Parts: sequence; structure tokens; C-alpha cells
Amino acid sequence: MTTQALDEIKIGGLGASRKRVEDDRFIRGKGNYTDDVVLPGMLHMEILRSPLPHARIKSIDASKAWEIPGVHLVLTGEMMATRNLAWMPTLSYDTQAVLATDKVRFQGQEVACVIADDPYIAKDACEAIEVDYEPLPPIVNPWQALASDAPVIRDDKVSQADNVVYNWEVGDKAGTDRAFAQADVISKLELHYPRSHPSPIECCGSVADFNRATSKLTVYMTTQAPHIIRAAVAMVAELPEQMIRIISPDIGGGFGNKVPIYPGYVCSILASILLERPVKWIEDKTGNLISTGFARDIYLKGEMALRRDGKILGVRMHTDADHGAFFSDAQPSKFKIGLMHSAFAAYDVPVAHLTARGLYTNKAPGGVAYRCSFRVTEAMFFQERMVQAAADDLGMDQAEFRRMNFVKDDDFPHRTPFGFLTDSGQYAKCLDVGLAAIGYENFRKEQAEARERGRLLGLGISTMTEPLGAGNSREYDILGIKMFDSADLKVHMTGKAILRTGARGQGQGHETTWAQIVAHELGIPADDVTVEEGDTDTAPFGMGTYASRSTPVAGAAVAMVSRKIRAKARKLAAHLLEVSEEDIEWELGRFYVRSSPGRGVTIQECAMAAYSNMPDGMEPGLENTAYYDPPNLTWPFAVYIVTVEVDPETGVWDVLRMVAVDDCGVRINPMIVEGQIMGGLTEAYAMSSMQFITFDADGNCVGSNYMDYLLPSAWETPGYELHSEVVTPCPHHPIGAKGIGECAAVGGPAAFVNAVIDALTGTGVRNIDMPVLPDRVWEAITYRRDVSGAPPVRQD
Amino acid sequence: MTIVYDDLGDEAASEVPVRKIRFTINGQKKVAEVEPRLLLADLIRRGIGLTGTHRGCDTTNCGACTVLVDGKAIKSCTMLAVQVDGREVTTVEGLASASELHPIQEGFKQEHGLQCGFCTPGMMMAAKALLDHNPDPTEEDVRWALSGNLCRCTGYQNIVKSVLWAAEKLRAEA
Repeated sequence: MTTQALDEIKIGGLGASRKRVEDDRFIRGKGNYTDDVVLPGMLHMEILRSPLPHARIKSIDASKAWEIPGVHLVLTGEMMATRNLAWMPTLSYDTQAVLATDKVRFQGQEVACVIADDPYIAKDACEAIEVDYEPLPPIVNPWQALASDAPVIRDDKVSQADNVVYNWEVGDKAGTDRAFAQADVISKLELHYPRSHPSPIECCGSVADFNRATSKLTVYMTTQAPHIIRAAVAMVAELPEQMIRIISPDIGGGFGNKVPIYPGYVCSILASILLERPVKWIEDKTGNLISTGFARDIYLKGEMALRRDGKILGVRMHTDADHGAFFSDAQPSKFKIGLMHSAFAAYDVPVAHLTARGLYTNKAPGGVAYRCSFRVTEAMFFQERMVQAAADDLGMDQAEFRRMNFVKDDDFPHRTPFGFLTDSGQYAKCLDVGLAAIGYENFRKEQAEARERGRLLGLGISTMTEPLGAGNSREYDILGIKMFDSADLKVHMTGKAILRTGARGQGQGHETTWAQIVAHELGIPADDVTVEEGDTDTAPFGMGTYASRSTPVAGAAVAMVSRKIRAKARKLAAHLLEVSEEDIEWELGRFYVRSSPGRGVTIQECAMAAYSNMPDGMEPGLENTAYYDPPNLTWPFAVYIVTVEVDPETGVWDVLRMVAVDDCGVRINPMIVEGQIMGGLTEAYAMSSMQFITFDADGNCVGSNYMDYLLPSAWETPGYELHSEVVTPCPHHPIGAKGIGECAAVGGPAAFVNAVIDALTGTGVRNIDMPVLPDRVWEAITYRRDVSGAPPVRQD
Repeated sequence: MTIVYDDLGDEAASEVPVRKIRFTINGQKKVAEVEPRLLLADLIRRGIGLTGTHRGCDTTNCGACTVLVDGKAIKSCTMLAVQVDGREVTTVEGLASASELHPIQEGFKQEHGLQCGFCTPGMMMAAKALLDHNPDPTEEDVRWALSGNLCRCTGYQNIVKSVLWAAEKLRAEA
């Protein structure tokens, strides 16, 4: 390297905490969210939803709605059916009603749509639609669904004789049975990971604009995966794919909620085609909470075979997942219960067996990966709650038990008990950093002293491994489409560039960080690189942003396309310097002659030459596209430690401290990484403490608005102490990065719950289901019993 | 300012009651004819076209629609447009002058106080209401003042820092 190499931090390259470029529009109120899109002649759509969770539709009379001035169209299931659009495929090879025809299957299901001049008129008209329902018994949990006399929810499906969606298994059953036969101690745990709603502040919506003159359909919509939507619209609506343009403008948070295809999108598209005018649909909060992609709602039970000295010999797990009325999980098709089998990836567990069952119930379709890589949150939660229970049963220290069973640093690559191949990890080091930060020994002393005075202090540890970056095309596909991603880089003659990817950020800061990868690879200052995403007419095909796959897959594609550009620039440099390519060296921002380092050309000079002075026979221009199919997932890991104080009289618990030690490999932009971790920790805190969306015995959704579904504000949210001392670069990612967006939300909940359970040591309480509400803690303390969060069943 | 409705026929038009209101928004005087049921958030967004004020929950919980009315932070999703008759409204678009950002806006960028940006305008307006009457708030003051505004991305720690950054800059400028 010569002294002329650029300073990477100064040009906003890898490791720079570059201020975000997208902020400039957001802080001025100049973002462009779907509801901000206004088109000439635009009409407004509202949805009429079912008040009942399970009922046969006897008749729908929309005549009074049609009579209201300003109403242009009323859509019902019957009308949709004439165009073969009453049902649509889900992302998991099931079907979902667009507008109900035969039955409604959950409270809030879409029954009719009104399109009018104004949303107020459309809402009025929805109220004028008369629907005659014949109520059917609702099913609110898996046990009811399994009863022999349970009504079949999906009687629309010819081959469906019961309410079972799937039975799936993975692991070694015989080997696991042998491990349990040899165990000194068997530790058991049963729990419910409750339904949770990702609940971005911005609800879902779309503006569909079909132009009869050009036959082009443009849809602005809140989607995390615009290319998938384009393909789905082409197939479902039978429109030519090149005539469909999906634009995902600024998105007000996604967290998995904006991956599925919702009936509102489909209806707004059909309405625009029928009316030949733009149609806007913007969901209200209740609509969002009761009808769009829920997460979790899974019953986990398992046991761990242990040797007396603390060695884990094997694990057995069974899950019953409540999928709601339609199996619409957005997850790789080969894995019926997502990546649940990532459980126990951090530990050296010789053998394990998992059975999973999915069930239909009268609830909104669930199973979206809420800030989570396809059910890994449930897996990690069970893992860390089970590990705590096992250590307690053995009378071992929580930290010591973990340390003893961690996969050792030298044992990578490591095959997890359910078959993943992890490539790296420094779990013990992460734990040590966390324990030192929290002052583990001191806290244990303080805890013992406090207990003598009747104060309940608790400490919870959670270790997390997240399989991120779906994925390699051998194993990962959605509806058969392989989960690669892409980047397209155009370097203009003045050395400025525009980059587009197949991902679609929703706050992760892609516009800032992708430019940093280009700066790192090419030495073009990040400020000279504009990043665009979300327009299927301009962006290369990609699978979108969810499951923390952007940096592992699209981010890798950005590095790879930059390298393609650099390879061509090298040829241009050789031409400009009049030497052979082999005699050229690269340093950040510049090629030079090896034997004469003072002679060189900048990347910008090469760019100009690509348009003005290319060698004979070279294709002009400096533009390229890369599609990246990762060789494996990336494996970020973390240790989270929480301390709490529980008030024994009220059950209220306060977080004293929260320490997070995350290893996500190379950090492209440390400021943004820390922002992601803090956001994830807050959702972990929210899920464990207050986010409560459930159903009563009659199938009514409880938590259908923000007055009932509590999200933590600045007042409740604890402060966080973040640590970045442990860095294990991903061995196969081009810049050594791993995903990070979800890690804290995945690993965090168990730390909070473990801390509360730890505070109750001596009461015999093994489990309190999330959210760990004060009344549940009070019940556990007062009656010395576990507290379940499963929805109640009618006894009459 | 005029709001244009679609012509729904004479009979329908006569059924729509309309009230005339006068108000000031971001320093500009306006006259509007509105249905009495029109929400302030809709007047701001659809009537005036200032889309920086966002609608999140419609139940006064999330605060994405926070604006200032006569200097007080209010949630415009549950205030009627007719209620601002004779009053002064400030939205996020009124924070910056033509040439420079308000210190609160700078603070949010400097301290990474936003991610998806959807809650940000409401957060900044709530912060402005705080700093207008308490120029030297503690962290606890800021957390309390922002407790009516929800953010799903940041975990609030950097939002609090952003507001404290702005407070310090405003005090230095004063």
C-alpha cells in the first residue's frame, strides 16, 4: 500500500459510524410512505370485517351501501369468485380467503370492500352492508382443535378431515431414546410462547393504479418483499409480469408483518382494474392487529437428559403451533415449523428429536417471523428456559452449567443436534464479558442478602444463536423460488454511482450501509453512492428484507458486484497506465504500478475511461449486477443478562440492568448495529413484559387496539449496556458480516423471564408464561404455582 | 385554502354539513370549509397536503400524529379540525426554517434517534413542546414527556439522547 490509499473511515467505509442519509427526509417530514402517495382521480377503499370468529355466511346485502352518494364499488366474496379471486395462495402452499364466501373463520376476517370518493364515505358505506351470519362454535386453542367432535374449520378443503395442518419431525428418535435411558436426571419444561403482533406503527396499505391505456399496473404498497409480490400478482391475477410494477416506498416499520400478501392489497388491485382509477387502501390499527400476520402462539414442551455432573446427553421437544385459520407462514418451504430446529445450537448436545404439529384455529393467520428468522425466537426461548430449568434441577450455577455445555471455540464447524452446520462461535468469551459487566459474583451475594430481608432480586441469562441469511439455494426457497439476493451497481463517468438491491429496508439503514460496502470495495466515497430499493421496475430481482437476511445476502451481493466493477476498472487502469494488468496493484481508491507506486490512477479516472477512453475491443460502461447465493447461513450469537427486582406484594418487576454482548462479525456501521440491538432488546422486553394479544373463550380478540395491546414507551423501557468486544467474522461472507437486526429480539425474552423466575427461587415456580404481567407474578408468588397464558376454553 | 369535494349531486351536497374555519398553520393563515367530523390529522394531511404528520393508531396512543396547537402537543388523530378554528397549528414541516434545521431535527440525526422514521415527526413535536417550557430537562423529564409517543425501532435510548443533544444546543444558542 502506498501513502496515497484513502482513509476508509473518512470516506465512510467499513467501520464508520456514518450518519444516516435517509434521516434527511424523515426529520423534515418528507418521507414518502404509502399513505403519502396521492394520485390524480384516486379513490379510497375500506374493508368490512367479520365481528364473529366462526360463522356461516347466509347472505350479504350491500344494496344500501351502493345507494350512498360517492360510492363507486362494493366488492364481496361472490364477486371475487366470478374472477377466481375469492381465494388466494399463501406463502406456505395453503389457501386464504380474500373476501369470505362460505364462512368467516376468524374475528376481523375480510368480508366486503367499499371503494368511494373519500375514506369517510367508504366507512359509512361499510356500515350499511348487512351480513346475515349463522354462528358456529369457535376454536381458540390447539386442544380444542384436536377434540374428536371439533368442527372442521377448513371445510373448504376437500382433503381436510380435521384441524391438523401438518405433522413434522426432525432429529434422531432412537438415539434420543437411548440418551434418556442413560440419564441420571431428566428435566422437564412446558410453556406457551404467546401470540404476539409485530405491530409496526405504520399499518399496511396500498395504492393500486391500473392504466387501461398502457395495460400497466403500478402498486405502491407496504411490502418487505416487492419482487415476490410481483410474481404472486402475475400468477394470481394472471397479468403479464412485465406489466406489473410494485413500488415499496418508505416503510414505517415491518418486523415481519409486511411480508405476507393481504386481502386488502388484492382488493385494491382488482378495484383499480375494474374502475380504471387509482385506489388507495390504508388499514386502521384495529384492522392491522386483528387480521394481519401474527407471530408465535406455540406450545412447547420438552425434556433434557442430563448426567449428574451437568453434561447434557440429549433433548426431546414437541411443539403445537396455533396457525389460525389459514397456514400463511412466510418461511422456507422445506421447514414446516420454520427453523425451530435451530434450538440448542450453542450447546454440545449429542442427540435430539423434535416433533412439531400445526393446527388450524379460529384466529387470524399467524406464524410470521416477527423480528425473527423463521421461528428461531421460539426455539431460542425454549432452549434458554430449558437450560435454566435443567441447571436448577441439578442445583448447578446458571453460568457454570452453560459454560460446561457450550460448543467450544475449537470445535467449529459444529453440527447442531438438529443438523445445522455452524461455522464459528466464542460462546464462553461472550458469557465472560457479560458476567464481568454485570458483576456476577457480587450480584449473587447482593441477591442472597436481599432475600434475607424479603427483597426478591433475580438474574437471567440467555444465550442466543441465530441462523441468519436464508439462504443457500439447496435448502431455502419460498414457493420454490430460491432465496438468493442481488445488487446492481452503475458507476457513472464522473465516478458517482447508483446502487440498487433486491432487498427492501424498513428502517435498517440500507441507504447508508450499502454505500459503505461500495466505499470499502471501490474507494468511492459513500456520499457519492446513491442507494435505491423497492421498485421492481428498476431493482434487480431479490427476495426482500426479513429474517435478518439483508446484510448476509444482499449485502454480500453489494460486495460481489463492487468486485466485478473493480475487476473491470483494473483493466481500464492497465490501459491508462500502459502496463499489463499483472503489474497493477490495488489500494483503497486507486490502482498503481507495482514497480512505480507513484504512478497510478484513481477509481474515478477509471470510471471516466470506461465511457471515454476504453481500450479497443472492451465493452464500454462500468455497470454490473451480481446475484448472490450464500454457501451457508451466517451464525451471529450473543449473551444477554438481565437483573430485576420483583415486588412480592404486587408482582410488579423492574429491570435493574440489561447487558447485551453481541457478536455479529464485522460491523459495517457500528452506530446502526447498536441501534438495531437496542430496538431488538426493546421488543424482547415488550414481549416478555406487556405485549398481550389473546382471545377470550368466544374467540374475541383481546388486544385489538393500542389501549389494550400495550407497547412500551420511553417511560417503561429500560436502559441498555451494549458490548462489542467479541468479534468473530463470518468465514464465508465476503466482508465477514452477519445478520444482526433480530438477534436481541430473539435472545432477549428468555433473559427477562429467566430473571423473574430466578427471583422466585424457593417458591417452586418453574414457569410463568409471557407476557410476565404483574398479576401473573402475583399469582405465582401467592399460590406457589406456575401460571399458564393459554386462552381459556368455555366450560358451559 | 379551499377544499374541493366531488360533486355528489345537489341532494347529497345539501346533506353534507360544512363549517368554515380560520386557523394558522406553520405561520400561514388559512380558511377551510370542513365537515364537522373531519379529523385534524386528515385536514393536515389530505386537506393541506402536509404529509409529515402521520396516522398510526387512531386512538391517541401512538403519537405519530402529534402536532402543536397553540404551542401544546396534541394528537391530531382524535382532535376535530373544527376545534382549531382561530388557533395556531405547528407541524413537523414548520420546525425547520428554509435554510436550517431545528436543533431537535439535528439531534435526531446526530444521535441516531430514528430508524424507519414513521414516529419521528410526532416524537420531535412532543420534544419541542417539552423544550419550549423546560430548556434543561433531565433524562427522566424527557422520558416522561415522550411517554405518549411510541417507537418500535429504536428502543428510545437514542431518542432520549437526541432530545438532550437538542436541549444543549438550544441552551448554547440562547
